Amino acid sequence: MTGSQTKVDFSKIDEIITQCGGKKSNLIAILQKVQEVYRYLPEDAMIYIGTKIEGLSPATVFGVATFYAQFSLDPKGKYEVKCCDGTACHVRGSMPVLNAIKARLNLQDGKFTTDDGLFSVETVSCLGACGLAPVVVINEKVYPQMTSDAIKVVLDTILQEENK
Amino acid sequence: MELNIDIKKEQETAQQHIKDQGFRVLVCGGTGCVANGSLEVMDKFRELGANVSTLSAHDKMTVVPTGCHGFCEQGVLVVLPEQHTTYVKVKLADVEEIFNSHIVGGKPVERLLYVDPKTQEHVQKNDDINFYAKQTRTALANCGHINAESLEEAIAVNGYEALANALKENNPDAVIQEILDSGLRGRGGAGFPTGLKWKFTAANKGGKSYVVCNGDEGDPGAFMDRSVMEGDPHKLLEGMAIAAFAIGADEGYIYVRAEYPLAIKRLRKAIADAEAAHYLGKNIMGTDFSFTLHIKEGAGAFVCGEESALIASIEGERGMPRPKPPFPANKGLFGRPTLINNVETLANVPVIMRKGAKWFSSMGTETSKGTKTFALTGEVNNTGLIEVPMGTTLREIIFDIGGGIRGGKKFKAVQIGGPSGGCLTEEHLDLPMDYESLTKAGAMVGSGGLVVMAEDTCMVEVARFFMNFTKNESCGKCVPCREGTKNMLKILEKIVNGRGELSDLEVLEDLANTVKDGSLCGLGKTAPNPVLSTLKYFKDEYMAHIVDKKCPAGVCTALKTIKIREDLCKGCTKCARTCPVGAIEGTVKQPHHIDQSKCIKCEACLTNCPFKAIVKE
Repeated sequence: MTGSQTKVDFSKIDEIITQCGGKKSNLIAILQKVQEVYRYLPEDAMIYIGTKIEGLSPATVFGVATFYAQFSLDPKGKYEVKCCDGTACHVRGSMPVLNAIKARLNLQDGKFTTDDGLFSVETVSCLGACGLAPVVVINEKVYPQMTSDAIKVVLDTILQEENK
Repeated sequence: MELNIDIKKEQETAQQHIKDQGFRVLVCGGTGCVANGSLEVMDKFRELGANVSTLSAHDKMTVVPTGCHGFCEQGVLVVLPEQHTTYVKVKLADVEEIFNSHIVGGKPVERLLYVDPKTQEHVQKNDDINFYAKQTRTALANCGHINAESLEEAIAVNGYEALANALKENNPDAVIQEILDSGLRGRGGAGFPTGLKWKFTAANKGGKSYVVCNGDEGDPGAFMDRSVMEGDPHKLLEGMAIAAFAIGADEGYIYVRAEYPLAIKRLRKAIADAEAAHYLGKNIMGTDFSFTLHIKEGAGAFVCGEESALIASIEGERGMPRPKPPFPANKGLFGRPTLINNVETLANVPVIMRKGAKWFSSMGTETSKGTKTFALTGEVNNTGLIEVPMGTTLREIIFDIGGGIRGGKKFKAVQIGGPSGGCLTEEHLDLPMDYESLTKAGAMVGSGGLVVMAEDTCMVEVARFFMNFTKNESCGKCVPCREGTKNMLKILEKIVNGRGELSDLEVLEDLANTVKDGSLCGLGKTAPNPVLSTLKYFKDEYMAHIVDKKCPAGVCTALKTIKIREDLCKGCTKCARTCPVGAIEGTVKQPHHIDQSKCIKCEACLTNCPFKAIVKE
């Protein structure tokens, strides 16, 4: 784990646990809700959940959190950019789009979150919008038939909004 | 059993309500069309309709948000069902013209009709669009034709009729027999006979048992399950309820991958609506049959599409496959007998029960009955979702329904069945597609992803792409899969980077066979398929990379150089501005140059050059 960890509000975690039902089988749903709040899974939150719920240990929670691609142990950006690299998108040129995103956001050498915490970038293996390949999803919005130029316009628009 | 709901009467009421809607304007609300702005298109139609009362037919108009039509490439799709008109690529600015000209004036808007790629003519009636005309839709029958979020519209098109009949007759064994007789096989990949699965699970009747729907459609390039869940969720719910009744379960789970937020939203609404109307939940239609459904969201793990891994994931654990036996039918979710079927399989159930096993088994081939959906993507003109009888040939799918290869390129291969499948070539174009024939050719039906590849796709790179995927998704439990995929990937990377040696091919094949034989679950067992099938059919491309150090398709970055032809370059500076790494230098109106030490070979300059002065070698 890298970077500074956010201070966790345990009463909020309790709320989530109650809301999802404090059973072992609901662990994934609980972690999803926690990640919605913090945009990643803070170590303290995982330890807390692991101690609180019967049948779990912090190690098990950590095991589940690291198994699934959706969970991140480092903070994600305010804008989560998902560049699809499924087969259809790959064949239609998703890699130039990804390179353009990284270049626009100055992300190099395996970094995936911008320094200001505004953007995080990841590739995903298929968003099921193959008819519109290549596809980029930013938060919940789907951007179809992307090119390296088009994605720059999209990112610029978001940056402009943010700098207002 | 005695029912307190007369489904036929409900149907009549629902159909009357649809008639009362007047002029129906169907606008696709699938993920693809929403991305292209269909929500704004719907709003505009509503706004226009509210102010006008004289239409060419009916005295009022209703805008219906539907599920996916399958023709995603052509979105936003607007369909006027009574007029048999389909408008394609509709933009917000076109809405007014459609409304004034066609809906009010009765005159179709020619320019927004679909253009046939072969004849270059506008197609007037939607039944004449080749993409639709050559399909037979059962699982997808209602997708795109009804309001995906309305229980009533689902009922109008026979929703919950099969369930009502099954409950009335109260003979679970007869239901299982019907599914057995239909010859329906699992649509998720392996093609296990569905009726047998039901029979095995029903044999353990008595205590608690579960029905689980596998909606973890992880195969890159496949989106048929997403379309069913988004476009006709009630059909899936009905299929699950019938299954639950047949095997004696009272609780079920739908496991949906988290990448499908719209599907999750629509399913939640459909479950709530169906429960409120007593088509699901406690005492369904007043009988003593109860079936409660939950949704579990996946968290991004491809291996969870494997049934035992999916069960582990629902239980809140790492989604790692478990050894079989015990099979889920005996000991599945929470240790109880569990029936797991894929979305498309379950969506076929209500239709089979309503129209009969004989009707279903009249379609398809000797061993593979019924229809199958395929997600047709890649370098083909009409990408989208299709449903055809089993046994349809690849040629019919790619060239008739798909409208051929884009940009007049030459067909090279088609990748079937995702990372577990294989690549087939020209010689297989006339192969009738069913479970057996595809497996024999080294591919598999899998979930039904068809990615078409043209002459400019590098098959070695494709093999590397899939191996990278399976390496990332290998859960790590079995050593052959965990280490084997990693090492196969290393070799493939070596080859695409121009450092391959002839001996690598032997090691690659050896590794592939070891992983195939030594892995527990389907992911590992089929992971080498892309490698083995490309080695079999495209050995010359491997040789070109290894011996000649050339990539025939011009894809592999290490084996190509991007150059600017001085004789063609006008010095417009567009390339220099496009280059993401600043590798292009030159003054205005003078030929530009690429600094090869900086060039990342992304081809951004090549695609953007207005004078075609940039070439790859």
